[in-house]
Amino acid sequence: MGFPHQPHPKETVVLSQYFGDAEARTYQGWIKRGGYAALRTALGMQPSQVVDLVKESGLRGRGGAGFPTGLKWSFMPREKTKPHYLCCNADESEPGTFKDREIMRWTPHALIEGCAIAQYAIRAEVTYIYIRGEFTEPLEVMQRALDEAYREGVLGANAMGAGTRLDMYIHRGAGAYICGEETALMNSIEGRRGNPRIKPPFPAAAGVFGLPTTINNVETLVAVPHIINRGAAWYKGLCLSNPKSTGTKLFSVCGQVRRPGNYEVTLGFPLRDLLYDLCGGMLDGRQLKACIPGGSSVPILDREETESCLMDYEGCAEKGTMLGSGGVIVFDDTADMVYQIMRLARFYAHESCAQCTQCREGTAWMTKILQRILAGDGQPKDLDLLLDLSEQMTGKTICVLSDSCAAPVVSGIKKFRREFEAYISRARRPAGAAV
Amino acid sequence: MSDQEIVTLTIEGVEVSVPKGTLLIEAAKQAGVVVPHYCYHPGLPVAGVCRMCLVEVEKTPKLQIACATQVAAGMVVRVLSPQAREARTAVLEFLLINHPLDCPICDQAGECELQDYVFQEGRARTRYAAFPKRFNPVEDFGGDVLYVPNRCILCTRCVRFMDHVAGDDVLNVSERGDRAFIGIHPGKQLEHAWAGNVVDLCPVGSLISKDFLHKARAWELDRTPSVCTGCSQGCNVTLDTRTDVVVRSRPRANPAVNRYFMCDHGRAEHRWLNRGDRIEAPLVAGVDGLAAADWEHGLAQTAQLIKGAAGRIVILASPGASTEALFLARRALGGSAVTAAFRVPHAGQEVPLPGVPNLALRTERVPNATGARLLGYTEAFDAAVRAAAGAAIVLVLDESLSGVAPDALASAGAVIYAGTVLPEAARCARVVLPLANVAEEDGTFVNRDRRVQRYMQARTAPGMARPAWWVFAELEATLGRGEGLLSADAAFDGLAAAEPAFGGLTYAALGSAGAVAPAARSGARVSA
Repeated sequence: MGFPHQPHPKETVVLSQYFGDAEARTYQGWIKRGGYAALRTALGMQPSQVVDLVKESGLRGRGGAGFPTGLKWSFMPREKTKPHYLCCNADESEPGTFKDREIMRWTPHALIEGCAIAQYAIRAEVTYIYIRGEFTEPLEVMQRALDEAYREGVLGANAMGAGTRLDMYIHRGAGAYICGEETALMNSIEGRRGNPRIKPPFPAAAGVFGLPTTINNVETLVAVPHIINRGAAWYKGLCLSNPKSTGTKLFSVCGQVRRPGNYEVTLGFPLRDLLYDLCGGMLDGRQLKACIPGGSSVPILDREETESCLMDYEGCAEKGTMLGSGGVIVFDDTADMVYQIMRLARFYAHESCAQCTQCREGTAWMTKILQRILAGDGQPKDLDLLLDLSEQMTGKTICVLSDSCAAPVVSGIKKFRREFEAYISRARRPAGAAV
Repeated sequence: MSDQEIVTLTIEGVEVSVPKGTLLIEAAKQAGVVVPHYCYHPGLPVAGVCRMCLVEVEKTPKLQIACATQVAAGMVVRVLSPQAREARTAVLEFLLINHPLDCPICDQAGECELQDYVFQEGRARTRYAAFPKRFNPVEDFGGDVLYVPNRCILCTRCVRFMDHVAGDDVLNVSERGDRAFIGIHPGKQLEHAWAGNVVDLCPVGSLISKDFLHKARAWELDRTPSVCTGCSQGCNVTLDTRTDVVVRSRPRANPAVNRYFMCDHGRAEHRWLNRGDRIEAPLVAGVDGLAAADWEHGLAQTAQLIKGAAGRIVILASPGASTEALFLARRALGGSAVTAAFRVPHAGQEVPLPGVPNLALRTERVPNATGARLLGYTEAFDAAVRAAAGAAIVLVLDESLSGVAPDALASAGAVIYAGTVLPEAARCARVVLPLANVAEEDGTFVNRDRRVQRYMQARTAPGMARPAWWVFAELEATLGRGEGLLSADAAFDGLAAAEPAFGGLTYAALGSAGAVAPAARSGARVSA
């Protein structure tokens, strides 16, 4: 796997500080870089104080939904009558997103530290780190670091010598996108088919093994030690636009830009600068056409929207899309949007867990219609049909996979209708072979 | 539960009060609204996957599934609002895109929930034209079950039944997306003794019964409430008849006995109800052996035999006979001064259905042994057969006499046989009276928990065969006692008045769910 780039001056390097630094992967190297100091501090605090601190920092979930992390932790039962669990969602399977992979590859101890602090804060006995099955290198790195952490007494019966028991296990996924959905992930940990569960009950009431569970994304957990070390006020200060979006965020930029990669910027950073400065802009002679700012599940932005979008939760919402997981997919003027959207729909059709009718049948049906359009056999009414199906696939199912399939289709037809019509009217040569 | 909190809400403008924790879909039934649904079944854990039962709940932004939403005080629910109907119409369209239009050859047609709801709320035409439908070949799941994957709507009722109710997790959902189908564990089959329930649970024609395959269209069937004769559990069933032939037996919901289920052994019981070797006329022994007679002659001959009898009377009864038959046979032959016995063929193991308490295929594979015991019949069958040798009268009440030596009854004073088929050992009978079987009469059985349950007539009896209650009441009338009976109601009510074990029960009050006979039989009868 690749080696990270040198940070750009406009980046705010917090989480990615040791990317590319091989020594930071080891326990000794991590200690040398100030590692596990935050865990020691946290273990000296009351769990509720840790929760309050994170609440105050304004840290929000980096997995996609952007739910306030401290608030989520505070949903765990106050009176502890049953075992509690922490799940770390390292299933990073959203197309276009590859930030957690780099965190685990380069700073595995940062994740272990973040998990340990969160685990202490929610008074959980056990943490499960659920790593995507295809992540072979991150898995090896994480397992090595976890073994080290146990050996060095960071974890175990007497974690950090502070008298608290902290246990942590790595669970490897088997290659299903849907297992990144929190309740499907829990089913998968339990050894069941990775099907999302109906909510309520929410994980804080009945999560993995039916017991109170908190589930956080890798990037969220990795930010926690920094908040402990430098304080909530410092973290809150990391904000370029809306005060509700604080801290730094890793954006995985891919697609047709000069320098794709992971870029860490403060929330509120203009997408335009991210693409044109940090990523070096478009390839020679190419123009920006569209951008998906938050992983494949969010609505597509056209050029104008892209260039005026601020990268935080509110800024993206203002443009009718979502910050999501921060997977920025860039399309230039050579991109065939009909093909790209079909490709996304085909992914969702492949990954639908087959529980809900709308999703199971709808994703596949949409894919077939899009393929038919690409093959030059589309009809004018197909676009209305796609929009109608999207409407029926949105907000009606157990999880949001079906919504995620509909989002790019709806925004794609809305913003690039001419491209669809060109195929339908045969003004454009059929791309049947590409299907 | 007396401390149960009651919640009042409005469903389709009707106010209903239900216990807290009730699901919307159940509360809606109380408001007289059936919310269309596929994956929900009251006997299974909630899955919430078919998304058919979407309803509008006021002050909730999204539509909610009625099967997984609990009621709340003051909730205002709309099942038939345009928004909710549109969502369900869309689900139906999605379900149909890969569903074959083979209703004309599908066993489920006419009792298919997909068909019903599409007629109710579906679109007239598909928009899925030009694409091929998903195709998978029919699979034999073993037991009595065939799987037609093309018709499957993945509601997972069968999977949940096998996992959570039968406790034998051989079924699963295989593959993902629109490639998904119901899979069976490699090398395993649907061999569980209760597996046949998946056929009833399947809302479409995807899981079908090999036994019933192509036997009848649903709309040709007459349905009659009955009670299973397979064992002493007394599962409530519905007998489906087509042109007077019983073609299928299916469970009838009774929360106190079998909930929604019945076992495969019980399902197969309907076959003997149609057997062709029945006695169709009263037979009276003459110089040339048994000869057909009319009822008047047959009963007169029987009465004469009883009147002239001096000595021991023995009744060999089948525990498959109705409670009324057992009671009246005894009374007609002189009340308690008889030796009355039955036997229970103990066959096989008890096979419980783990997910339902107190439900099992019982080792006692007859329906009315408890009724016989309550009426003073003993299980000293062999002794009774021995006693028959010197008895003045031996009445065989539909007992098969299998294993009884052909000449065992020959030395009795007179043998009277009343039953459905004539066994070899009863050919020495002086009179043979043809009886209706369980599908041909009204009557009651008493199950192992002393629950008295009614069954109703599903087909006409062959020839001159009559219900046992009629035969024995007429016999008493011929003997100068009483005036006969007009119905099973009267037969049962007379029994309830005479027998303390049935005290307080009436035929009408038994209803369709039955009632438990009073606890202990006071003063057990002494058999001779």
